[in-house]
Amino acid sequence: MSRAGLRTFLYGLPGVDRVGADQRAAELGTRSIKTSAKAWAIDMAISMVDLTTLEGADTPGKVAAMCAKAIHPDPSIPEVPRVAAVCVYSDLVGVAAETVRGSGVKVASVATAFPSGRAPLDAKLDDTRAAVAAGADEIDMVIDRGAFLAGDFGKVYDEIVAVKEAAGDAHLKVILETGELSTYDNVRRASWLAMVAGADFIKTSTGKIQPAATLPVTMVMLEAVRDFRAATGRQIGVKPAGGIRTSKDAIKYLVLVNEIAGEDWLSPDWFRLGASSVLNDLLMQRTKLATGRYSGPDYFTLD
Amino acid sequence: MSHTETTGTAGTGGAAGTASRLAVRKTYKLFIGGAFPRSESGRTYVVNSAKGAFLANAALASRKDVRDAVGAARKAFGGWSGRTAYNRGQILYRVAEMLEGRRAQFVEELTALGAPRAKATAEVDAAIDRWVWYAGWADKLDQVVGSANPVAGPYLNLTSHQPTGVVGVLAPPDAPLLGLVSVVAPVIVTGNTAVVVAAEDAPLPAITLAEVLATSDLPGGVVNLLTGRAAELAPWLASHMDVNAIDLTGVPDDLAATCEEAAADNLKRVLRPSPTTWTADPGLTRLLHFTELKTVWHPTAP
Amino acid sequence: MPAFEYAPAPESTAIVDVAPSYGLFIDGAWAEPAEGGTLKTVNPGTEEVLSEVSVAGPADVDRAVAAARRAQRTVWGPMPGRERAKYLYRIARILQERSRELAVLESLDNGKPIRESRDVDLPLVAAHFFYYAGWADKLPYAGFGPDPRPLGVAGQVIPWNFPLLMLAWKIAPALACGNTVVLKPAETTPLTALFFADVCVQAELPPGVVNILTGAGETGRLVVAHEDVDKVAFTGSTEVGKEIARTVAGTRKRLTLELGGKAANIVYDDAALDQAVEGVVNGIFFNQGHVCCAGSRLLVQESVAEEFLDRLKRRMGTLRVGDPLDKNTDVGAVNSAAQLGRIQELAAAGEAEGAHRWSPPCELPDRGFWFPPTIFTEVAQSHRIAREEIFGPVLSVLTFRTPDEAVTKANNTPYGLSAGVWTEKASRMLWTAQRLRAGVIWSNTFNKFDPASPFGGFKESGFGREGGRHGLEAYLDVAH
Repeated sequence: MSRAGLRTFLYGLPGVDRVGADQRAAELGTRSIKTSAKAWAIDMAISMVDLTTLEGADTPGKVAAMCAKAIHPDPSIPEVPRVAAVCVYSDLVGVAAETVRGSGVKVASVATAFPSGRAPLDAKLDDTRAAVAAGADEIDMVIDRGAFLAGDFGKVYDEIVAVKEAAGDAHLKVILETGELSTYDNVRRASWLAMVAGADFIKTSTGKIQPAATLPVTMVMLEAVRDFRAATGRQIGVKPAGGIRTSKDAIKYLVLVNEIAGEDWLSPDWFRLGASSVLNDLLMQRTKLATGRYSGPDYFTLD
Repeated sequence: MSHTETTGTAGTGGAAGTASRLAVRKTYKLFIGGAFPRSESGRTYVVNSAKGAFLANAALASRKDVRDAVGAARKAFGGWSGRTAYNRGQILYRVAEMLEGRRAQFVEELTALGAPRAKATAEVDAAIDRWVWYAGWADKLDQVVGSANPVAGPYLNLTSHQPTGVVGVLAPPDAPLLGLVSVVAPVIVTGNTAVVVAAEDAPLPAITLAEVLATSDLPGGVVNLLTGRAAELAPWLASHMDVNAIDLTGVPDDLAATCEEAAADNLKRVLRPSPTTWTADPGLTRLLHFTELKTVWHPTAP
Repeated sequence: MPAFEYAPAPESTAIVDVAPSYGLFIDGAWAEPAEGGTLKTVNPGTEEVLSEVSVAGPADVDRAVAAARRAQRTVWGPMPGRERAKYLYRIARILQERSRELAVLESLDNGKPIRESRDVDLPLVAAHFFYYAGWADKLPYAGFGPDPRPLGVAGQVIPWNFPLLMLAWKIAPALACGNTVVLKPAETTPLTALFFADVCVQAELPPGVVNILTGAGETGRLVVAHEDVDKVAFTGSTEVGKEIARTVAGTRKRLTLELGGKAANIVYDDAALDQAVEGVVNGIFFNQGHVCCAGSRLLVQESVAEEFLDRLKRRMGTLRVGDPLDKNTDVGAVNSAAQLGRIQELAAAGEAEGAHRWSPPCELPDRGFWFPPTIFTEVAQSHRIAREEIFGPVLSVLTFRTPDEAVTKANNTPYGLSAGVWTEKASRMLWTAQRLRAGVIWSNTFNKFDPASPFGGFKESGFGREGGRHGLEAYLDVAH
């Protein structure tokens, strides 16, 4: 697609009315998920978590501990599913890959000058290749929001294509950083831009910018993947990241997936929750459902 | 009378004074869709002066004239209501200018109906001033009585006044010109179109007003004026399903209830005022009675 | 079976204590009807009888009107506005405090989903009293003259679709302006009005200010026709509205009518399609389509019609129809067997006239009154389903090619209550809104209500406005 064609295409997408979108998402947020449905949803949510640490203070020890938790979120209850992936910086991919080997937990690495994306393309590609070489199954790249907001969609497109190529067989998650895109129209355009450029997943946020994931933004992205599949036959995953802290939050996202994109997306292959603290709350709620009494944080590990 | 050269006395339509010239009489017809047709029924009725002298054969409108007038009013409604308020105000002011130009003629006509000259003059002046007053409301009513509503949500919510549509008006029998002006101007200034039945006993100033309207940039059909019997025409207007509102001012009490009942068939807005002193400040009642409130919601978001 | 099957999430009914029978609320006390008739009110979701209520006859109406007159003359009319305001604020607060109880009761008696009674009806009920409470001591500033006077006794007859909300729309402005009321709730949904009587008792509202008379159509006729009623306010069908207008003709009673509609929801080709789908769904399936301002005619631009209908149908497939008390129910029960019959009859007419009927697969409960969310495509303007108010979850889909055609078709109805416009282009929205002959225009939204926003129709949708400053006019002896 030519640059002009790309621009015409993105501006030709139906608009998003923010007030209506907010209301729809809020209304879905009032779904009451109880008993058996809640139990199912909690385990599904656990299995969709991309357990994440993205701090300057991260160390191999911290990453290894997190990976252990990813494999056995609650060691005392073996039925608790493992999470989908761990998500780390590219220099710690090796440690993570080593720790989760054979568990089925994937290793995701942020790359491309995460979180700002402000680096020369070559540096971004090197970052990507290094992560893949160290064993990353998934690459979480950031788009150049400056270029996007300046209307330089071609630059954003070309970078995604280049990173996709550099990522090779690794799954490519494209972080839109919706908190910097400002409007839902932009979220929809960025979603489509990423999808036509070859993204396997579209992801809301780095977690470093507020607001991070929100229900309505995720809803707009779920609408985009739904429409993209209808148009092209290709299914793309969605990952809200940041700000998802409670089981109630997580279940609301599952309701969105269920009612907006449909049950085809209700799988860790197609939907992820980028989070860390939510996992313990999911475990606590799981225990409450199983035992009938409320639990406390001392009964769940901190990593 | 109005076109004769008589001075002060009601015209006889005959030879004027000692001059040998025979006056050219005017034929008083209806005013429908901007034209002056005779009644389709071919009927007329005699209009005499207060002193009993013959003035004219006025058209005696029939139910079919009502039908035609409603059709003309409906046809004119879209265009008239679609004009800017400023433009409607200008056109109404133009009407006032033309009224002023016919001031003497109106005084003669009222005098012929029996009003003392001073009273007739005062009524004509009041009528012109009343028209000017209403003309100015065109672009002000909504500012005074419309509203921006502070709803509990992210919406811009505005309420404005819209014209009701086609309004049937039964003009009052008292104050033949001032009363007529006071019931017609508030109806059309907001964008309605009108089918007006003039007071039975005072058709001549009404038709003269129609002539003013016809020459004042007012689009044809905005005001349609019928002369005849309110008792005969009012029920047809009241029951007409394409009339949106009706002003029963000139309908006698015994007929008003029947008209109100007929008006219920399509839920016309009915104005059945208490006795009115036409010289008093009219307030906004008539302006507001023939408008509809329209409230528009729109979300506000980036 | 779907992967994510929502388990039942029933709202508890333990919060509501419905008595086996109710009298009439006259002059601040419960009274047996003079002639002793009763009628049963049923839960439309189960057909179980909820309670027996009294049928008010002529003597009861006389007593209620006399009590209202006495209260208006001696207490409520002379009371300073600031004191009336405080009573209304009290009522608003009690309604908030008892909100869940009343929401559950509304869903039980009406069949509407608890999500709506909880999140829409009850918050608006309290808001309406709160809003008009504030007007009670500010009437000289309302634009109706320096010393606006109440009309006296208002006779109010309300429908079954929003029982307590319509009560609030009627009673709050009437009381704020210094009138007293005799209100008749709908035959099939009397319970929340009877509970409201208890709210009045809790608020220590002076006796006679609010009188609640239950009964059927005949009771309503008696209230409307009563010679000592100064003001009649009715919400309901256009047919009954016309009958009331005839009854009131010649009496010089003041009248406001909020009647039926056949609203067009216009979707232009540049609309925000997903939100437009939501708006169309909300427009016709909210409250089972038992909404006078329901967007029952979809006018969609031909160039996007196919895509839009695909989206609409997919969305309709996610509507959850069933137990009104289940917190996840989107579409509840039709209010009565009679209404169900009317919907079925019109839907059958739609098919007979050649329109194409479609509903998503949905299992309806065995007992109760149910109708699935339904759309008709290939509808012509001339079809009955495009002209008559169905008052059910049935949408007629028509198409248009140009904005002019959209507006012309939208206005081609004797009704004029509401309309919707969906476009991302502001100039087209305003152009359309300007030309639509309807009292409420929702652009890029639908079925939004607010106590500050005047509501009411053009043409055969009635006259007068409820809500906002303008809503005071109906209850004041107005000199502009």
